[in-house]
Amino acid sequence: MKRVDLAIGIGGAAGQGIATPGDILARIFVRRGLHINAYNAYQSIIRGGHIFLTLRTSDQPVLSHGDKLDVLMPLNQDTMDRHLKLMRAGSAVLFNRDTITPGAVPDGVQLCPFSVKLLAPTIRGDLVQNTIALAAVLRLIKADFGILAEILTLQFKRKGEAAVAENVGVARAGYDYAATHFTALPLSLPDTGKRLAFLEGNQALAMGGAAAGVRFYCAYPMSPSTGVLHWMARHARQLGIMVRQVEDEIGVINMAIGAAHVGCRAMCATSGGGFALMSEALGSAAMMEIPVVCINVQRAGPATGVPTKTEQGDLWQVMGAGQGDYPRIIVAPTTIADCFKIVPQLFNLVDKFQCPGIILSDLLLSEGRSSIDPAELDFSVPIDRGDVIGLNGDSPPVNGGFKRYLITESGISPRALPGTPGHVHVVATDEHDEDGVLISDEFTDPHKRQAIHEKRMRKMEGVLPLLEPPEVHGPADARVTLVGWGSTEGVIHEAMQQLAVAGIAANNLQIKWLVPLHVDAIVSILSKSPKVIMIENNYSGQFARYLRSETGIVADGHIRKYDGEPFMPHHIADGVRTILAGSTKHYVPVHEIQV
Amino acid sequence: MDTVVETGATTRGQAGLKPERAKVTVKDLKGKVDPDWCPGCGDFGVLAALKQAIAELGFQPHEVMTISGIGCSSNMPGYLNTYGMHTLHGRALAVATGAQLANHDLKVVVTGGDGDGYGIGGNHFLHSMRRNVDLTYVVMNNQIYGLTTGQLSPTSAKGMNTKSTPFGSVENPVNPIPLAIAAGATYVARGFTGQQKHLVELIKGGVQHRGFALIDTFSPCVTYNHDNTHEFFKQRTRKLEEMGHDPTDFHAALEKGRLWGDVIPIGLFWRREDLPALDQLEPVLGEGGPLARRRLGVGPEIAQALIEELM
Repeated sequence: MKRVDLAIGIGGAAGQGIATPGDILARIFVRRGLHINAYNAYQSIIRGGHIFLTLRTSDQPVLSHGDKLDVLMPLNQDTMDRHLKLMRAGSAVLFNRDTITPGAVPDGVQLCPFSVKLLAPTIRGDLVQNTIALAAVLRLIKADFGILAEILTLQFKRKGEAAVAENVGVARAGYDYAATHFTALPLSLPDTGKRLAFLEGNQALAMGGAAAGVRFYCAYPMSPSTGVLHWMARHARQLGIMVRQVEDEIGVINMAIGAAHVGCRAMCATSGGGFALMSEALGSAAMMEIPVVCINVQRAGPATGVPTKTEQGDLWQVMGAGQGDYPRIIVAPTTIADCFKIVPQLFNLVDKFQCPGIILSDLLLSEGRSSIDPAELDFSVPIDRGDVIGLNGDSPPVNGGFKRYLITESGISPRALPGTPGHVHVVATDEHDEDGVLISDEFTDPHKRQAIHEKRMRKMEGVLPLLEPPEVHGPADARVTLVGWGSTEGVIHEAMQQLAVAGIAANNLQIKWLVPLHVDAIVSILSKSPKVIMIENNYSGQFARYLRSETGIVADGHIRKYDGEPFMPHHIADGVRTILAGSTKHYVPVHEIQV
Repeated sequence: MDTVVETGATTRGQAGLKPERAKVTVKDLKGKVDPDWCPGCGDFGVLAALKQAIAELGFQPHEVMTISGIGCSSNMPGYLNTYGMHTLHGRALAVATGAQLANHDLKVVVTGGDGDGYGIGGNHFLHSMRRNVDLTYVVMNNQIYGLTTGQLSPTSAKGMNTKSTPFGSVENPVNPIPLAIAAGATYVARGFTGQQKHLVELIKGGVQHRGFALIDTFSPCVTYNHDNTHEFFKQRTRKLEEMGHDPTDFHAALEKGRLWGDVIPIGLFWRREDLPALDQLEPVLGEGGPLARRRLGVGPEIAQALIEELM
């Protein structure tokens, strides 16, 4: 059977109801077992502006939102003007001809105008346009009407039977109108019989937290991390998770540290600006040796930056957050499934090593949506709290007094939860001795300081062997290795497919665990690569510089994008071709669509 | 430095049942080290009063957690034999909120200074009060930055000469008493280290109070504040109980809180007990005991329901 690869773009102003038809289409696809990938380009306004949702579906896993559209649904004139010129032969454009007029139509593009006045003369409100367009799209892709009727019935049930009948009726009119007036696309949607789930990265991070046993979640709303807070708040009572909205991010991280110290698994999420406010407290968690997990969903910076646009610009911020040297574990999940799996894994690590853990996501991963095999969302994950005294009310006898910061070979000291009899101790952000007694004031002692600092930092040596080393994806004898980190894995893999078609064998080394870094494994892989090209969603090549500092490896070329929009596959493929041709070492793609 | 081994490791009983408990004395509450405060510092008085209050209320050392920020007075947890956290400058209340909610069996006392609480920690102060978190907050208010060697604090008087205001401050100070009353604290008191027994009673009242209790305490700095001295307060402070004040009268509490001059009231300004504390309002804490002690993980049925939402 021919591979299905269908991309639908829905655009309009904020408030025009783009999300709903997007959700309905996504649901229809995943119920047939089709894979999806969706990316919503939006702006930091509640009404107006331009929003553009790209929803791509296939019978194969969808790695990115792709390069092209097969169907365009402009809900206003602005979207029509921005996107029509980029449509290709064979594609279709559905629009309400009462209010929208097409400009110059590229060759081979099918215009599918309909009239809301004609099809729904009695219904008021702008949303009816969306229902008709959605029904017409389903007819164009030869999907049954029944499933749309079912979904609309569910959606309007609360408003009564009349509303259900009205909306289903309008949809039917749109569907039938499309059948007689438009030419269906030359594809047939398969039904694999295996329903898939679909979710955004923020939901996956929140669910990963639930699976890890997070009992305390707090946050200050900040795009694009707020989805984690929303999921947690909605499910708090069902799951027994305390969720708090706090006055600022400084309060967030400190509250989480307080909850973590007495024994909860505590998590919080923010974006770069909020993370900057948390910096000092993350260091304090390391100093007091309290395990806590903080998610930074990156957006384009600096400062307020571009709040609704993606970037990988916070790598150096998280690596250098806070004063002084301290142990921290930093991970950048590469897929939405990873977002779920990484959280319990990171909690087990931070509990064992009693230090902060940072998850570095970005807007693309956290707000992008993708289908997933529900089996990947396995909640029965191992939970390992490390050596904790008092977790179950136990209070083993202490001989000679409890030393919270006992100097050990591994650097890991016994941890007792407050409330446990016999283990009273003080934890401090001031430098302290094994007893927790401050050495920073009148008792300053350089030998004690050195010993306790080394104990703390030594813990990192134990972390690395527990992290899976990175592996090469793609042909071992490739001409070029594309190195990325975090969210760019999918789009790099798709670019590799495009390059392969063009006769260029490329492979990919995607880095997930950033700190500690698997230096030996990376050197061993990259030393065999004829050429290394770094791909990053930032201006200065933050990972390239990190890689160079840790391994001495200097990349042969760089592809960097920092316009706020994520890479499309052809951006990378074009960059690789240009760099391999020798015309530049530094390629910055131009984003063609003004979104 | 003497080694302190905690006494009387009894387990906490169920509500209504009183297990046999070892009697805790002030001596048992002594920390691992002696204070490094300047001789004559008011903070010695607060330390003594705090130990006295805990001992008189009959808490075991492991049942109490003392949380502080940074500053001279924030060194307090190290001088007490209770669970302690010496957190960052200004952040004690935020950390304490997390700790109290995560284990509401703990009695959480927060200690610190005026700069720590009313300056850098001002935002957490405001929001901890409106949330009515069950915390006892003892602020050692000396109207000066001591540990940084004598600069203006948020409570320094207008006109005060300090190292950062060598020609006199032109700013109005914060008055924490009316601020706390208006912000939603449900127990608002002021103590003076020159009135030890009175201070002990105020702290005991705060610890027993279910909700946010502020005990702003005049704790004179002998080194850097030569205006607001022990003698200054000795001459001016007057107990509210002797002034016929009714701590349930909101407007009278605000008015008394604004008095500053020849008479400076100390004592309990404001108390209301009809409002539940935050942990009592939190549905997740309704049953199952302290959050920190609960089993982790999501059962298969709930997991399935969560996944179904995505399909």
